[in-house]
Amino acid sequence: MPKLKSLEELQRLRERAQQELSIRQQTTTKITVGMGTCGIAAGARETMQAILEELRKRNIDAHVATVGCIGMCSKEPLVDIEQAGEPRITYANVHPNMVPRLIEEHLVNGQVVDEWAFGRIPLDGIGSASQPGG
Amino acid sequence: MRELSLHLLDVVENAIEAGARHVALAIVEDLDADLLTMSVADDGRGMDPEALRRVRDPFFTTRITRHVGLGIPLLAAAAERCAGGLTIHSQPNGGTTVVARFRHSHIDRAPLGDLAGTLICILMRDDGLELSYRHTIVAHGAERAFEWSTTEIRDALGDLPLSTPVVREWLSGFVTEGETQLKEAQDAKTQVS
Repeated sequence: MPKLKSLEELQRLRERAQQELSIRQQTTTKITVGMGTCGIAAGARETMQAILEELRKRNIDAHVATVGCIGMCSKEPLVDIEQAGEPRITYANVHPNMVPRLIEEHLVNGQVVDEWAFGRIPLDGIGSASQPGG
Repeated sequence: MRELSLHLLDVVENAIEAGARHVALAIVEDLDADLLTMSVADDGRGMDPEALRRVRDPFFTTRITRHVGLGIPLLAAAAERCAGGLTIHSQPNGGTTVVARFRHSHIDRAPLGDLAGTLICILMRDDGLELSYRHTIVAHGAERAFEWSTTEIRDALGDLPLSTPVVREWLSGFVTEGETQLKEAQDAKTQVS
């Protein structure tokens, strides 16, 4: 099999992306998925893929990143959504079948899904959790 | 864990937590020798002999966010169940290499599973980690491989992060296609024989 057969494609992608980069940075949304042993065992990889798939389907521009264990293992998979000017929301036990609603309500309609939100970090940085971590 | 690719993701996460800048991930499916080997070599801070001795103990972890570390004990158990085993080489400031061996055809061996999904999760760490990847299948004396590194990808991308949505899409397609082609070539070969 040819090695990195579409490396040229990647270079074209770079040119296209750089033109759009300034717009992207203004509208940036960041989604973070916990990927420690706890998250992986709880299905975080599948949750991550469901998120990527939903963003692709709806053509939503958002940065998606994985992080290690953040210490609330029983709440995994944990998904954080940060949007410019909005409090950062942590969702607990996010399974792939919950992802379409999460993206629809939080990213498209701008409504926090309260029943799944486990914690929120307001813009001044002082966090609150609705119950103690596990 | 249901898939070996989930164990791989977990071991790479350990490497990242150990401050690795470079991780080499290798999978060799030697059908002639009926052996599956997965190795993860990192250049992180490594472990001293005492930590290395205790790393298989589920009640040992270096982290402070919780008190148990199940990743390595789970992988060791999975390998030992399949007439294989786990070896770990490590020294302080000298990185760590984890090698898991399985009998390829063993009835209890979990499938490799969604390697592309695992690779995307690793690539989306996007903290500058350099990953070298090689998945080799040896059958009837012939060898095929899917091999790449983030160094060559980043060279093509310049300063554009791997997590840029269009790049992410490309990477996802690239690893999925690479793994699919490798598997199809193997299946075609198996049918011929």
